[in-house]
Amino acid sequence: MELLGNQILAGVATGAIYACMALAVVMIFQAIDQLNFAQGEMAMLSTFVGWQLMQWGVPYWGAFALTLLLSFAGGVAIERLLFKPLADAPILTHVAGFIALLAILNSVAGQTWDFTIKQFPTPFGWSPFLGSKLISTHQAGMIGVTLVLLALLYGFFQFTRIGLAMRAAASMPESARLVGINTSWMVALGWGMASAIGAIAGMLIAPVVFLEPNMMGGVLIYGFAAAVLGGLSSPLGAVVGGFLVGVFENLAGTYIPGVGNELKLPIALALIVTVLVLRPHGLFGRAVVKRV
Amino acid sequence: MSALLSVKDLRAYYGPVQALHGLDFALQQGSLTALLGANGAGKTTTLRAICAMVRATGAISFDGTPLAGRATENIVRLGIAHVPQGRGTFATMSVAENLQLGAISRGDNKIGADIERMYGHFPVLKERHRQQAGTLSGGEQQMLAVARALMLRPRLLLLDEPSFGLAPLVVRELFGILGKINRDDNVTILVVEQNAELALALADQAYVIETGRIVMAGPAAEIAANQDVRKSYLGY
Repeated sequence: MELLGNQILAGVATGAIYACMALAVVMIFQAIDQLNFAQGEMAMLSTFVGWQLMQWGVPYWGAFALTLLLSFAGGVAIERLLFKPLADAPILTHVAGFIALLAILNSVAGQTWDFTIKQFPTPFGWSPFLGSKLISTHQAGMIGVTLVLLALLYGFFQFTRIGLAMRAAASMPESARLVGINTSWMVALGWGMASAIGAIAGMLIAPVVFLEPNMMGGVLIYGFAAAVLGGLSSPLGAVVGGFLVGVFENLAGTYIPGVGNELKLPIALALIVTVLVLRPHGLFGRAVVKRV
Repeated sequence: MSALLSVKDLRAYYGPVQALHGLDFALQQGSLTALLGANGAGKTTTLRAICAMVRATGAISFDGTPLAGRATENIVRLGIAHVPQGRGTFATMSVAENLQLGAISRGDNKIGADIERMYGHFPVLKERHRQQAGTLSGGEQQMLAVARALMLRPRLLLLDEPSFGLAPLVVRELFGILGKINRDDNVTILVVEQNAELALALADQAYVIETGRIVMAGPAAEIAANQDVRKSYLGY
């Protein structure tokens, strides 16, 4: 029983990271109807920026906040320079752009900081959480930060005018322009937010997987699986999907004979295919009701 | 009276196809003008050209400000509200959110009061203010689209076939409200309609267009009374 509880809670903790990545993916998907394959590398680069700031002596939370700001600006810049000119291009052009971005960011990180793994600090420590053996304080911190992030995003999209404008621009761009919304900047804003959310995921997972240029590869696939499971049109679904994938992955690795750690990743891929076949709009994504 | 909107030599294109061949017209401040014509005559294109939603050349000026080179959202912010064909309501959002979106470019603090005013014009919207807009009936959606456009506090309201798909009783109610808004709130209105009889009864000015050219202009009552025009261009 203790093993089961342990595996579920550990799954929830890593699921929090998948949830963040899924949120970032959904954010950009909502804005431009494309899956950003470079989301993981963007998060990795942000994490390196945070690491560098700490190497320069900036305290953890200062570096954390500064990294979020820089990542936001970086995300906006990538959209303005690279993807805004591609706005009317076909899907394949976008895919090529994402892959190019992925390769470039990966090489830039490798060139700048080399490919050896680095320790990344955690502000939460590794002691048992509330004295229990089930979960560490860092894992509890991952869950806590994700829940706070989700609450903030919910408030932003439900209760602020700019959040409302972003939702409008994402759902019906032409109508949004007809009420005076600059949809092009809403897309850039979405990129900035996705980039900052990715940075949070990167900095939270780095103490676990260690910092190196390829650290987000697997994480992003789980993030995609989470986003597809929850529904690419639903931020809430992305988060629930993230937690479900985290738990599912851990339980499958522990209890299904022959899976173990090596075959965990194919499980995420199998999950993506299964969901796409059985329920293409995911658990929470909604098929819009239309009447004419 | 001075012209609120003046349009000179307006030409519009869909790819290589030219849809408008040099339109000239003006809307007087406070007027209610009908733009009539058969299917494919270029009525919708004219409205879309005013809002820079289609490639066009020519000179359009709104209250003396030239619109050339402005993006759609910046034209809207000058005070031109556009209810497009198919209504363009935000289907996944609530009625109240749609109304808030109509006022999204405004910076003043009277938005809440204006929403209440819209509920006064269209009581059914108040009953359904939490309901997803996509689940409203056609007539209710059209009322929501008009209310959302009015939330901009526009000086000019462009309406693209507001009667489309609505029951006659609903159309009469809607047109009654439009006339009231035109008179009481001093909103200049340009309405595109296929239902010429109805539009001519409401409007004080009218233009008839055919294959991208204006073929007739004048007071609505005169055009309605001219049998030849009715038979050749308006089909009733």
